[in-house]
Amino acid sequence: MQKYSIFNLVKNAFSNHENWDLAWKDPTPKEEYDVVIIGGGGHGLATAYYLAKEHNITKVAIIEKGWIGGGNVGRNTTIIRSNYMHDENALFSEFGMDLWRKMSQDLNYNVMFSPRGIINLAHSDAQMNAYARRGNSMRLNGIDAVLLNREQVREIIPMADFSENVRFPIFGGLMQPSAGTARHDAVAWGYARQADSMGVDIIQNCEVTGFDVTAGKINGIRTSRGNIKTKKVGLCVAGSTNILAEKLNMTLPIETHLLQACVSEPVKPILDRVVTFGAGHFYISQSDKGEMVMGGDLDGYNSYAQRGNLPTLQHVLTEGIAMMPFLSKLKMLRTWGGIMDMSMDGSPIIDKTHIDGLYLNCGWCYGGFKATPASGWTFAHTIAQDRVHELNAGFSLNRFSTGHLIDEKGLGTKTWIS
Amino acid sequence: MLHIKCPYCGMRSQNEFSYGGDASVKRPELNKEISDEEWDNFVYNRKSLRGKHLELWQHLSGCRQWIKVERDTATHEIFNTYKADEEIS
Repeated sequence: MQKYSIFNLVKNAFSNHENWDLAWKDPTPKEEYDVVIIGGGGHGLATAYYLAKEHNITKVAIIEKGWIGGGNVGRNTTIIRSNYMHDENALFSEFGMDLWRKMSQDLNYNVMFSPRGIINLAHSDAQMNAYARRGNSMRLNGIDAVLLNREQVREIIPMADFSENVRFPIFGGLMQPSAGTARHDAVAWGYARQADSMGVDIIQNCEVTGFDVTAGKINGIRTSRGNIKTKKVGLCVAGSTNILAEKLNMTLPIETHLLQACVSEPVKPILDRVVTFGAGHFYISQSDKGEMVMGGDLDGYNSYAQRGNLPTLQHVLTEGIAMMPFLSKLKMLRTWGGIMDMSMDGSPIIDKTHIDGLYLNCGWCYGGFKATPASGWTFAHTIAQDRVHELNAGFSLNRFSTGHLIDEKGLGTKTWIS
Repeated sequence: MLHIKCPYCGMRSQNEFSYGGDASVKRPELNKEISDEEWDNFVYNRKSLRGKHLELWQHLSGCRQWIKVERDTATHEIFNTYKADEEIS
């Protein structure tokens, strides 16, 4: 594989950049693989990469229905954070933060990781207390957290509404300075390029149509491009999890819902943090292109539509304008939607299943993008060793029947109430 | 925006309704010994179908009745709406 470096950039300039290697190949599926990963999104690509890098398993195929990085990894608001209270989420995400920090070097691909900090605003004394508690929990787990009062928040984001007579006055906020954003497409492409270079077959435009399961063991998969034999299959298909689960006669504690995001027209730099509204569900950051990147609530009912409805968008942006009134002057540039695998407690599932050789990675709700490296790393471990790693031990499938839910934000079992 | 025909009030905008989830889920019978698995299926596990989906909605900002709606989860086409206790053939 050609290394991306300043020297290669100069060298290729002499040939008008026409002789760069392809970043990944377009192989036809082989008859058999050691591991097949279904889903060529961030998590699937990362899983294949860590299977090859950490476990020396390179006879791996990634099966993708469309094109790699065309799903939620290309549709998110790129926020990376580990500001969780519960140990399972906190330790897992903080492990991921470390992988994020090294990612550009590790992948030889600039993912533009920008640790600009995230501020969760508080709008009441009770919320300040809750954030103090969350911040303390984070610090006990080695995660940076700073509780800010109203004046400290005002210094950082003076464009927010600090007037006295607003419905949701800003009391302060909880900041994780090491949180940030990254270039989402680069994450998918960087993992794909490295996985491909280590021998992983990235098979695009190939839809999984069924599974060969005999005597409780997986023997292969059926696809639109022929049958593939394998002893191990990893599912990383986010919003399509229920569709494939149905082919396996499984019902999961997952519902597929639609989440929208949008960007404004590009403007000059005004916001150098990620900020979330505390009296509803709204988050905002500014991209390097200058667009204000915004998102919020689910559309509120089961959906596979991959495009959203206006009432939710209006509701979300009303919250945004309440928080930062200048947003009302901006024109909307683009809106889009992606289908989320909403788990019943708001936390993910990375686990083995009752079928031998079938591994499950789903339930990422609003937070799949930031989990990409840690999810890939732990899922690769789970598949390679056929046992969960301590980092994903809590994300078990049976926690719903045993009662060990990881209920981070009180979203609970009714995803549509969020 | 969805337009949902409330069986009591007629065609109304989505803004008047709130969503109640999969309507095909049945609560296990009372006074009967039930397994963890049955309880799990009732509380947590969902099919989340792509395509025709029978679901509960409440006409919250209207007559406040719960209704059943048969909707396509991929196209949002609404095929039919029913009263909550209506048997669907």
